[in-house]
Amino acid sequence: MLKKLSSLIILSLMMFPAPSYAVLTIEITQGVEGAAPIAIVPFGWRGAGGSQPPEVMHRIVAADLQRSGFFKPLPDEDMIARPVEAAQVNFADWRALNVDHVVVGRMQELPDGTYQVQFQLLDVYKGTQLAGYSIRSRKPDLRRTAHQISDIVYQTITGKPGAFDTHIAYITVTHNRKQERIYRLAVADADGHNEQIVYESKKPLMSPSWSPDGKRLVYVSFTRGRPEIYIQNIFSREIRRVADFKGINSAPVFSPDGTQLALTLSKDGNPEIYLMDLRSKRLSRVTRSYAIDTEPAWMPDGKAIVFTSDRGGSPQLYRVKVNRKGAAGRVERLTFDGNYNARASVSPDGRYLAMVHREQGKFRIAVQDLKTGHFRILTESRLDESPSFAPNGSMIIYATEDNYRGVLAAVSVDGRAQQRLSLQSGDVREPAWSTFKSRK
Amino acid sequence: MGRLFTYILIAVLVLGLGGCKFAPVKKKGAKGAQTEKQQQAEDKGASYGVSEGGALDIKALDDPNSPLSRRVLYFDLDSSQISPEDREIIAAHARFLSQHPDISVVLEGHADERGTREYNLALGERRAKTVEQLLTLQGVSQKQIQIISFGEERPVALDHNESAWRLNRRVEILYSGY
Repeated sequence: MLKKLSSLIILSLMMFPAPSYAVLTIEITQGVEGAAPIAIVPFGWRGAGGSQPPEVMHRIVAADLQRSGFFKPLPDEDMIARPVEAAQVNFADWRALNVDHVVVGRMQELPDGTYQVQFQLLDVYKGTQLAGYSIRSRKPDLRRTAHQISDIVYQTITGKPGAFDTHIAYITVTHNRKQERIYRLAVADADGHNEQIVYESKKPLMSPSWSPDGKRLVYVSFTRGRPEIYIQNIFSREIRRVADFKGINSAPVFSPDGTQLALTLSKDGNPEIYLMDLRSKRLSRVTRSYAIDTEPAWMPDGKAIVFTSDRGGSPQLYRVKVNRKGAAGRVERLTFDGNYNARASVSPDGRYLAMVHREQGKFRIAVQDLKTGHFRILTESRLDESPSFAPNGSMIIYATEDNYRGVLAAVSVDGRAQQRLSLQSGDVREPAWSTFKSRK
Repeated sequence: MGRLFTYILIAVLVLGLGGCKFAPVKKKGAKGAQTEKQQQAEDKGASYGVSEGGALDIKALDDPNSPLSRRVLYFDLDSSQISPEDREIIAAHARFLSQHPDISVVLEGHADERGTREYNLALGERRAKTVEQLLTLQGVSQKQIQIISFGEERPVALDHNESAWRLNRRVEILYSGY
């Protein structure tokens, strides 16, 4: 019989990277009017003996930029010319097509099997180059290189960082041949590619959340029959159980400095928010009420926590200042629209709250401006949940229902651009968008 | 109380007259730790006596006519309130458990899929705890009760409409090995 330890290190032998057999497919469900027209010209290719390029780079970049909602890439078939470097570009051609910017590039296979990728971003009206890079890349990193190109293009034109070279974590639920439910915790590129299974179980998994250094996920697992909290390194696959108190152990989130978790425990009678120092495992209590207090979310300065509480009669969002000893101020209510607001996600600049909002029985994603109080509903469906901001604050990924299946969707913060990410079969849920530092 | 006694009477009569052997209903995942008393009751075969005071015999757990056969309690949206009908069921379980302090139950709390998962995990627990409170107020020891919430993670009905949702807003009373 296993002794109960408050932390237990298990080497998960069965959890080596499984082949990517379930790819998330992305569909743009709502295009954007007024998005900036841009042309991403098919890259030139020089490879061994007339082969095809291993990745169609320009398409990855065009898809990234379109997903952001800021850009409207020109379809390949509308391009009059196919230059592969700035010297070949005739700006008049592109002015005639009404595009503001053009990206040209080329890729070459090198003798050692790596690839040289070069691209230039040009301003069509001024006729000047805005950015140009040469990147050497191994084959498995080519998609990443394309996302880095998207980030550079996005940042150069909009002035804000792109979030294309990032990861998402999520839970999938499928059925095996015995009709048993299989739960998987997975990590993929932000565009749904390169899915890696991090953990698999026949018992429910919930609430994945990233560490700020992008190396670990904390999540809730019912592996031992009850909700407990685990931290797993996504590279080494090492798992550590960090909370298995009596009652509920759930809603874990890393602090912005990575040294603490905020979490929900009901060990003292009803669900309350606590802080746990990850080194000492010491707990500090944040809330004290007879109500349900759960779903903590950190403000980006680490000095306050937003959480869901039904102390007012139904779930609403509240905020309290915290220090390492626990609560450091009064609890302040933040939401007043309607009678159900829960599961806050704070934008990276601390200005906006995304949340699940119920109106007339329908659960939708809404955003509140903490500075002005302005409240806006972003989605139009009825079973939306788990909103998560992109690390650049421009998009929100969330879980929704489509045709009776669980799928992920992303919406730009102004509500204009929408996409859906779905599995071929089964449900996807609980997405968590990583920070910028999510790559090794 | 009158109706309860009637149930007990019927149960006793059915058991006494029928004399049939009920196969234990095994709940998935429950630990089956049989006490000596339960072992004796099973070994004796057809002898289902009623102890003094009209106490419920172990076999009442398997009697489909007994209120003890009702193991699922249902709830309204967002609520952990117990309906008057369910109160009677809980009272029957309380009576049984207080007479059999060696028998324990797991109260499993659940919610329907609407709303956020973590809040629903807490709501499931609140529902289970409400049932626990009613049991302990009626003489059941806290040592006999264990609480687990699955929130919305273990629905019994998978459709996305109210007919399914009302079946998922529930607390299940799980007896080990029965």
